[in-house]
Amino acid sequence: MNYFLNEEQKEIQNLARKIAKEKIEPLALEYDESQSFPWEIVKILGQSDLFGVFIPEEYGGLGGGVFEMCLVVEELSSACGGIALSYAASALGTIPIILFGNDEQKKKYLPRLATGEIIAAFALTEPDAGSDAAAIKTQAKLDGDHYVLNGTKQWITNGGEAFINTVICITDPSRGARGSSAILVEKGTPGFEGGKKENKMGIRASATRELIFQDCKVPKENLLGREGQGFLVAMKTFDQSRPGVAAQAVGIAQGALDKAVAYSRERYQKGQPISNFQGVQFMLADMATQVEAARALTLQAAKTIDGGEKNVAKISSMAKLFASDTAMKVTTDAVQVFGGYGYMKEYPVEKMMRDAKITQIYEGTNQIQREVIALQLIKESVRRKD
Amino acid sequence: MKIIVCIKQVPDTTNVKINPETNTLVREGVESIINPFDMYAIEEAVRLKEKYEGTVTALSMGPPQVESALRESVSLGVDEIYLLSDRAFAGADTLATAYTLAAGINNLEGADVVLMGKQAIDGDTGQVGPGVAENLGLPHITDVRKIEEIDGNGYMTVQRLLEDGYVRLKVKLPAVLTVVKEINEPRMPSLKGKMRAKSKEMKVWTAADLDIDKERIGLSGSPTWVTKIFTPPKPKGGKIFQGETRDTVSELLDELVKGGIPIKRGGGK
Ligand SMILES: Cc1cc2nc3c(=O)[nH]c(=O)nc-3n(C[C@H](O)[C@H](O)[C@H](O)COP(=O)(O)OP(=O)(O)OC[C@H]3O[C@@H](n4cnc5c(N)ncnc54)[C@H](O)[C@@H]3O)c2cc1C
Repeated sequence: MNYFLNEEQKEIQNLARKIAKEKIEPLALEYDESQSFPWEIVKILGQSDLFGVFIPEEYGGLGGGVFEMCLVVEELSSACGGIALSYAASALGTIPIILFGNDEQKKKYLPRLATGEIIAAFALTEPDAGSDAAAIKTQAKLDGDHYVLNGTKQWITNGGEAFINTVICITDPSRGARGSSAILVEKGTPGFEGGKKENKMGIRASATRELIFQDCKVPKENLLGREGQGFLVAMKTFDQSRPGVAAQAVGIAQGALDKAVAYSRERYQKGQPISNFQGVQFMLADMATQVEAARALTLQAAKTIDGGEKNVAKISSMAKLFASDTAMKVTTDAVQVFGGYGYMKEYPVEKMMRDAKITQIYEGTNQIQREVIALQLIKESVRRKD
Repeated sequence: MKIIVCIKQVPDTTNVKINPETNTLVREGVESIINPFDMYAIEEAVRLKEKYEGTVTALSMGPPQVESALRESVSLGVDEIYLLSDRAFAGADTLATAYTLAAGINNLEGADVVLMGKQAIDGDTGQVGPGVAENLGLPHITDVRKIEEIDGNGYMTVQRLLEDGYVRLKVKLPAVLTVVKEINEPRMPSLKGKMRAKSKEMKVWTAADLDIDKERIGLSGSPTWVTKIFTPPKPKGGKIFQGETRDTVSELLDELVKGGIPIKRGGGK
């Protein structure tokens, strides 16, 4: 399918594809096994300017948007969903600075994020606050010209590796969710530490850690936006980042589909390639159709966001929901096409199936996405006075 | 520091097929790439620039479509690009190519270091690097696997790859080096570099722009004639000797002597 990419978008896609093929794919299984952080790849992505595609030009980026970010994430994910996540999660941590940062904050961090010299993370989730993000307890108390942070964030991607962390905390406990604020915390700030690295089912090249704050003093200037805007920052950030998760899902699914098609031509049973069997053909046809539909919805969501549409929560959630469910289904079917070999770690689709699962869970579970979509439907109906 | 890299555009032979009837390359649909060994030369040139400051100029001889290879080099960090292109250059063998490239380098007023790949994957001769150096009257070192340093007196220390190790050599700059793949891992292009590559001005020089002897370029300057290209037939038959080395060597020698090859058998320690 032709998405009518402009010259620059084609360059971005081609370069991301080249890096995925030549640099990431050969190492994907190794990283999956070792669970080590892919700094080596992050460095390549930085030198190639891929971290800058969604950062404004005046801050050292290439001036693209969510669309360009999605092009990169999809290509990288087709080779390794875990390595791609290190990139996507840095975008997740960077977006709030782009959306809510003042000029000084942008100047301080965006140019270094654009070159990949540093990466970012976004920290909302806590042990007792997942889907119910409003239940977060991490506190930031203003004390003179500093905030003092106390609390623990859980399962933070790029945690411990990222130099800059956008942390959602409670600044006014009396106001609940309206008393939350987004605060930038740099790695190395006294009182801030990354906890143990989680041992995960999939996306194992990505680092997932606790962020522990114990009387961590952060300058007042590190507040993003205004006090009380914490959840606004989080929601607006997710509106823009969810297509990124969708693109990750599309990439993983495309990678699995490609492997399945190739394998079906190589594997002989009853003296012929299994691609001759209609049962296999129909599976491949459905997989391809679903992947294409997911990609179309994802890129449409990205375009809608970049076009400046105001209310993008619905389409953004739809893309994340549909693409991640597709990834789970397509990777499961890819394992099916491979038969017993698909269940073995020596073959790439086993990892892809494990990698796909997380896309249905993070940045809002798919149940929460459905909730968001339904809420918007109802709101729209009320507004139209149906 | 002024660095010149000479690069060649070649067919991507990893995807090339040979027509078994005509024994020629099937060129249709084959992509053109920068000669892989030249990619290492470009990378090393850019690293030298980053370390010692200076400029990297890429130079190529070939038809107009070589422009894409030169532009690609810009996306990898090359600063200036020059193409030697003229019908009169066509049909050049390694002798004429080296002569013409050297003339191009002279037109650029020379360099501190000229870097080239150890050979081109289409011709595989490895002659052009040393040829360029001879034409320029410069020292050259082939098969460089590492540049160790350039000292304050203008001497460069390099490691030259040998079959089972390397030799460390010191050369007074300016010099010509040809590099092997062990020397580095070429970087990926950057998006900003790709944009620079698009707008970069490329200078084209024809034979008239160079200070050259017309008899020494192109076909007329090329004593090499390719009479036939073919894939050598796979050797058939043969005999495999199995067992203890001492015994098999002895059996082999017996066999060779029987086959009429005069071998003097020694004491056999
Ligand atoms: C590998 C990994 C990386 C992560 N990276 C980050 C990160 O970088 N930053 C960050 O802030 N967080 C991150 N998270 C956290 C992630 O966003 C949460 O796990 C997710 O939001 C779900 O929260 P939970 O795990 O607490 O599940 P719960 O909220 O406990 O949900 C459990 C189940 O109940 C369902 N459920 C919950 N509430 C409702 C409801 N209201 N209606 C219907 N069903 C409901 C859920 O859909 C789910 O099926 C990461 C998580 C993982 C596993």
